Amino acid sequence: MNVFLKSSIGKKLLMSLSGLFLITFLLVHLVANLFLLGGDDAYNVATHFMDTNPVIQIMQPILAVGFLVHIIYGIIIELQNRKATPVKYKLVNQKESSKWVSRNMIWLGLFVFAFLVLHIANFFVKMKFGEMAEVNVDGVTMHDSYALVAELFECKIFSIVYIIGFIALGLHLHHAFWSAFQTIGLSNDVWRVRLSVLGDIFAVVITAGFTIIPLKIMFFG
Amino acid sequence: MASKNINLKLKVWRQENAKSKGQFENYDLKNISTDSSFLEMIDVLNEQLVGENKEPVAFDHDCREGICGMCSLFINGQAHGPDSLITTCQLHMRKFKDGETITIEPWRVGSFPVIKDLMVDRTAYEKIMQAGGFVSVNTGGIPDANAIPIPKPNADEAMDAAACIGCGACVATCKNSSAMLFVSAKVSQLALLPQGRVEASIRAKNMVAKMDELGFGNCSNTGACEMECPKGITLAHIARLNREFLCANVKD
Ligand code: HEM
Ligand code: SF4
Ligand code: FES
Repeated sequence: MNVFLKSSIGKKLLMSLSGLFLITFLLVHLVANLFLLGGDDAYNVATHFMDTNPVIQIMQPILAVGFLVHIIYGIIIELQNRKATPVKYKLVNQKESSKWVSRNMIWLGLFVFAFLVLHIANFFVKMKFGEMAEVNVDGVTMHDSYALVAELFECKIFSIVYIIGFIALGLHLHHAFWSAFQTIGLSNDVWRVRLSVLGDIFAVVITAGFTIIPLKIMFFG
Repeated sequence: MASKNINLKLKVWRQENAKSKGQFENYDLKNISTDSSFLEMIDVLNEQLVGENKEPVAFDHDCREGICGMCSLFINGQAHGPDSLITTCQLHMRKFKDGETITIEPWRVGSFPVIKDLMVDRTAYEKIMQAGGFVSVNTGGIPDANAIPIPKPNADEAMDAAACIGCGACVATCKNSSAMLFVSAKVSQLALLPQGRVEASIRAKNMVAKMDELGFGNCSNTGACEMECPKGITLAHIARLNREFLCANVKD
C-alpha cells in the first residue's frame, strides 16, 4: 500500500480523488449560497440548517483533510516534476501542444488557496466564532448571516477579488474535471471529449453561480 | 511544389560531453534544397564543418524513414520540428522559409543525459522495457491462425499502440518529463492481446516502478505528448495504463 501511494500514479490517484471530493463540496456549497438570491430570510434559514446539520458538521474536518491532501500532493508532484527536467529548453513552443491552464494548475491552485484563506477569515471564522447579529425567522433565533455577506460585498474591491478568485477556480476546473477521470482510468478517446465538455459546463456553473452573489449585491443591493 | 534553394541561419547546441557545459553555435548555411530532409541539411552542415577543419555536429539517426526511433532533435521549440505525425528524419526543408533562423536543441530530460551535442542517452527506455515490456512464453510450434479469436477493435488498438518507436519525443515535450505515453503504449500493445494479457498486471506494476525509479516526472495530463508523438499514440493508452496499474494494486 505504501509503495503504491508513493508511485507516480498512486500520488495522482490521491490528487484525483481529493479533487473529485472537493468538486462535490463545491456543488453543496453553491446550492447553499444560491438561497441568498431568495432574500435574507431564505439565506439565514439555509445557513442555520448547514450550521446545525450533523452531516455537514462531520464533513467539515474531512473536507479540511481533503484540501490538505490535495494541496500537499499538488506541491510534492510539482516539485518532483521540476526535478525531472533540470535543464530547460532555450526555445520552447509549448502552446503548440498543450493549453496554458493545463501547464499552470499549480499556480491556479495556489491562487485559489490564497483566496480560500481570505474567504475562511471573512466568512467561516466570523460565522462560527465571531460576534454576530441575531434575527428571528419563524420563531427560531439564528445568526443574521445575510447581513454579514451583504456588508462584505458592498465593498467593491472585495467583490472584485472574490470574482477573480472564482475565475481562477473555473480555469482550474476546466482542466481538472476531465483530468481526474483520466487519472483513475475512466476515459478513452470518445469519453475524453464528453468529459471535457461536461467539465467546462461544470466550471461555468461554478464560476457563474458563485459570482452571481457579489454581482447581485453590488448592483441591486 | 517546385523545389528551390534557401539560405538558413542555424543555432545549434554544441556540448563536448555529458560533463561539459555546452553552448549554442551559430552557422550560416547557403543553397539548401527545399526537397532535402532536415537530417540531409545537417549532413550538408557537417560537410561544411569538416571542410573548415571543425568538429562536425553529433546527432542520432539510423533508418531515416521514420521507423527506427533513433532521430530526435527539438527544432524551433518543438519535438521533431514544426510538423505533426512525423519524425525529424521525415521533416523536409520546405517547412522553412528563406533566411529563417532554426534553433536546434537536444531532448532536455533529466533521465536522458546529453552524450554529445544533440545526442542523448535513452538507455532509460531500455531499462523500462527490461522491467516488463515482454511476454514470457515458450515459443514452441506456431498455433493455428484462428485458434485464438481476437476482436478486431482490440487487434487494431494493439497495433496502434505497437506503432510506438521509442523515440522519446513524448518525454522531451512534456513539461514534467513524464514517460507515461511511451510506457502506456508498451503496456497497451500487450495487454490487449491474449498472450500479453496473462502478465498485464505485473507488467504495469514493474514498468511503472522502473519509470518512477529512473526519475521521470508525474503525468499531469497536459496532453503535449500526444500532440508531438510521431506515431499518433493517444492519451487513451495512458488511461488504460492507469486502469491496469490501479486494478493491479487493488488486487494485492
Ligand atoms: C475547491 C477547490 C479545488 C478543486 C475542486 C480542485 C480540483 C482538482 C481536480 C479534480 C484536479 C485533477 C486531478 C487529476 O489530474 O487527477 C486538480 C488538479 C490539481 N490541483 Fe486542484 N482543486 C482545488 C483546489 C486546489 C488548490 C487549493 C491547490 C493548491 C495547491 C490545487 C492544486 C492542484 C494541482 C497542482 C493540480 C494538478 C495535479 C497534477 O495533475 O499533477 N488545487 N484539482
Ligand atoms: S509514444 Fe510516440 S513520442 Fe513517445 S516514444 Fe513512442 S513514438 Fe515516440
Ligand atoms: S532515423 Fe529512424 S526514425 Fe528517424
